[in-house]
Amino acid sequence: MADLATRTLPLSGFHGGSGAAALSVASPATRISLRAKPDAVAALSGVLGLSLPTKAKTSASSNGRYALWLGPDEWLVIDENEADLMAAVASGNVLHSATDISHRNTAIIVKGRGAAVAINGGCPQDLSLAAFPVGACSRTVLAKAEIVLLRTAEDTFRVECWRSFSPYVSTLLAEAAEDAGN
Amino acid sequence: MLLIYCPYCEEERSELEFRQAGDAHIARPTNMTEMTDEDFEAFFFLRDNVKGLTFERWRHLNGCGRFFNAARDTVSDKFLTTYKAGLPRPDLSTLRPATEATVETYEATESNAK
Ligand SMILES: [Zn+2]
Repeated sequence: MADLATRTLPLSGFHGGSGAAALSVASPATRISLRAKPDAVAALSGVLGLSLPTKAKTSASSNGRYALWLGPDEWLVIDENEADLMAAVASGNVLHSATDISHRNTAIIVKGRGAAVAINGGCPQDLSLAAFPVGACSRTVLAKAEIVLLRTAEDTFRVECWRSFSPYVSTLLAEAAEDAGN
Repeated sequence: MLLIYCPYCEEERSELEFRQAGDAHIARPTNMTEMTDEDFEAFFFLRDNVKGLTFERWRHLNGCGRFFNAARDTVSDKFLTTYKAGLPRPDLSTLRPATEATVETYEATESNAK
């Protein structure tokens, strides 16, 4: 019998940061890039079990599943329980485009009172609670890399990035976390 | 750093998230196969490169990803307004300030720098 290949996370074992902003790798998750017109949103929301957000910079979540507004017809859907998201949206029987990007992306969790300061080390967005409250999300940049940012708690962010950028993103966040204080 | 208002995200974002994408309101010819080379060249390559108010396409590349249009002053780099793709040019009289403010130019601010 052939040996099966085992998949390791791009940042397997990575942790670091500082007292003000701790860094860790997010657990494996399934992800899809979802595109759909407004008339398909209700049906897709139904089969996903959450309301796809239609307002800029907002997200919805339910039982470890997150839907992040990326654009007027575009969402990033993440499932921490590794459910089959492709099958879920296909069961809606409405016109849409879905691409499985579970392994294209990886994510770093930034947590602590200096989390926003650490991310602002490379990201130009206003991360005050007034402008970027809990649940807010956005595609943006971290220095030279594109990221998708989701605020999961007042002091916690999920930083999604493409796996080939993850050494750069994690190193840059580690540097910025030092500057955020101990 | 410039802040650019994205009409789809409905807020100002850093210029780092945007890319300029050429002139706006360039109508694509419907009779491309019958055009003369000169007419095609004029449509495809030739642009005015105006000094002052210009209408441009921009893309919120590292944001919502959408293309939109902007009225921008090429001397001051100031964005006068931005609007969704497909909308007509906004009324110029509502964009220009009533009294012409002093425009900061490189020559005015830097030429005497010591
Ligand atoms: Zn936008």
